[in-house]
Amino acid sequence: MEVFGIPIQAMMGQLLIGLINGSFYALLSLGLAVIFGLLNIINFTHGAQYMLGAFGAYLLMNHLGLGYWWSLLLVPILVGIIGVIIERTMLFRLYKLDHLYGLLLTFGLALMIQGYFRHQYGSTGLPYSMPEQLLGGINLGFMFLPKYRGWVIIASLIVCLTTWFVIERTKLGGYLRAATENPQIVQAFGINVPRMITLTYGFGVGLAALAGVMAAPIYQVSPQMGADLIIVVFAVVVIGGMGSIMGAIVTGFGLGLIEGLTKVFYPEASSTVIFIIMTIVLLIRPAGLFGTQK
Amino acid sequence: MKLKLIAGLVASMGMLAGVAQAQISGNVVKIGVMNDMSGVYADIGGPGSVLAARMAVEDYLKESKSNLKVEIVSADHQNKPDVGSSIARKWYDSDGVDMIIDVPTSSVGLAIHQVTKEKGKVHINTGSATSDLTGKDCSPNTVHWLYDTWMLAHGTGSAVVKSGGDTWFFLTADYAFGHALERDTSEVVKASGGKILGSVKVPLATQDFSSFLLQAQSSKAKIIGLANAGGDTINSIKQAAEFGIVKGGQKLAGLLVFLPDVHGLGLNTAQGLNVTEAWYWDLNDTSRAWAKRFTEANKGKFPSSDHAGVYAGVLHYLKAIDAAKTDDGSKVVAKMKEMPTDDPLFGKGSIRADGRKIHPVYLFEVKAPSESKGPYDYYKLKQTIPADQAFRPMSEGQCPLVAQK
Repeated sequence: MEVFGIPIQAMMGQLLIGLINGSFYALLSLGLAVIFGLLNIINFTHGAQYMLGAFGAYLLMNHLGLGYWWSLLLVPILVGIIGVIIERTMLFRLYKLDHLYGLLLTFGLALMIQGYFRHQYGSTGLPYSMPEQLLGGINLGFMFLPKYRGWVIIASLIVCLTTWFVIERTKLGGYLRAATENPQIVQAFGINVPRMITLTYGFGVGLAALAGVMAAPIYQVSPQMGADLIIVVFAVVVIGGMGSIMGAIVTGFGLGLIEGLTKVFYPEASSTVIFIIMTIVLLIRPAGLFGTQK
Repeated sequence: MKLKLIAGLVASMGMLAGVAQAQISGNVVKIGVMNDMSGVYADIGGPGSVLAARMAVEDYLKESKSNLKVEIVSADHQNKPDVGSSIARKWYDSDGVDMIIDVPTSSVGLAIHQVTKEKGKVHINTGSATSDLTGKDCSPNTVHWLYDTWMLAHGTGSAVVKSGGDTWFFLTADYAFGHALERDTSEVVKASGGKILGSVKVPLATQDFSSFLLQAQSSKAKIIGLANAGGDTINSIKQAAEFGIVKGGQKLAGLLVFLPDVHGLGLNTAQGLNVTEAWYWDLNDTSRAWAKRFTEANKGKFPSSDHAGVYAGVLHYLKAIDAAKTDDGSKVVAKMKEMPTDDPLFGKGSIRADGRKIHPVYLFEVKAPSESKGPYDYYKLKQTIPADQAFRPMSEGQCPLVAQK
């Protein structure tokens, strides 16, 4: 059986790979959407924070001998703390100003962080080996699925859905959403709004670092890794609707799939297809697929 | 804006009297090192090339007692032809630069090659691979020093076909270099009796190759030829291991692999790869001694063959200026071609009328982790291809400069 001249088995393989890439888009765009939705900051440092996650895993492994699973736990916390420091010392001054200021600050920070790592570690990147438990793969009949890639899909789905649930369906999430609508009133109810916002930023940054740790064994741990990805992820967030949590998750996975198909039918366009979709979506629905016009 | 003019050392040994005899524009020879300072190819060239050029200037002035004043500037072309050509124009038109060296990324290399010809200056290319620089696009102002796609294709390509890899599928970087490398390798494979089953063009700096690898896998080709470079090659090799492609019986042929790439992959993943290079630090005593000096000044990172090419290229360029007593671009390149080359890293060699620098080329195999005895001890020599066989014969290159003769 064939679909558009491609054997159906090969097609299934490509779709699955699209989903795997989609998991990274979803995880990263989720962090961005949380930060934008609740802080109104366009966090251009996100790519650098993702890179910090991967480097964090590398450094823990080589200096402290801590393996992948420890990194998965510790690195998001450590990088999250760096995020909290950035928020407390710099970002909080910008909330009342235009979006552009936050964008410029975070973009500048990203360049500085990437520049520092390039200076220290070079541009080629560093090797990071896969955890032993996830070596090898499973033969699915239509393709060979490396266990690690399977784990990436599952882990990313769990993290995405949990985050969505906490923000959209719990009391804590309710406070957060209320605080972005009207911080004064929420403050009046005795909730420490600035601290909540700081922690939210730390959480969003931690998500980027988590994606970075998960990426370390499959991509090269290099200073550029975030910069290459962040533009695509921004397109994902824009298509999903700035600040929409579910939008970020669904578009992340969806665009991974579309990109995967492009790689089969017209590989030359695989690095551009997401931007073409972005243009079309912005023309038809300026607020994005899941966004609401304010 | 991103143009970083790191004014290098100004070597001023002689007084004006010595300089006045030779016709040196602005009384100073200005060398521009242009490459990828921050992207996928930055460890292959990058700041290391500036260091190599500086070492060459120091060594030349010390040994020859020449009175030349030499200055080095550098810039980041970001792998973009438009960025590269506008820097080159500014350098040649208003900054008094006489020669541009390095320039990896074939699309940028071809652009600088054109600008240099138009302005009558000198371009010594050590970083780009496309064999078109000395083929149909050849120029009287360019010397192509280190390697090219024809050489890579014949070195690695024929070795792989000989050892039984007779069906190929290419993962090709989608720009001038990848296209040229795929074309040249396909010719070698077909000429040696092999077959090409297909190819896929991958955008530069793609993160995830799994989709393309899967296409290569389903082609059932024995060899997956990687017509890419730098970070792209690293990612494709790493992910091929992950998807069990090598275990499934297919082999990878990295057509352009540099020493820093092997370092980034780690020997565990890279072992067994065939690599064709024109220079390696562990070839002989002089190359080891030079590599030691370089490494100490380069934060422990060993030199790539590109760095060696920049060093040797600058040496020969300065020699030619002193011999021709001018820094006029066309005259200097003519002198460079006329004089035999002789330097500590590549030994004795020559530059052909089409601009191709000729030297022996080596086919290496990447060592297994157990065979490696020290830092960057990665290659074992399998075969030396003599200088007269390593590069495309001039008669096949269709270079108009040669046809005129």
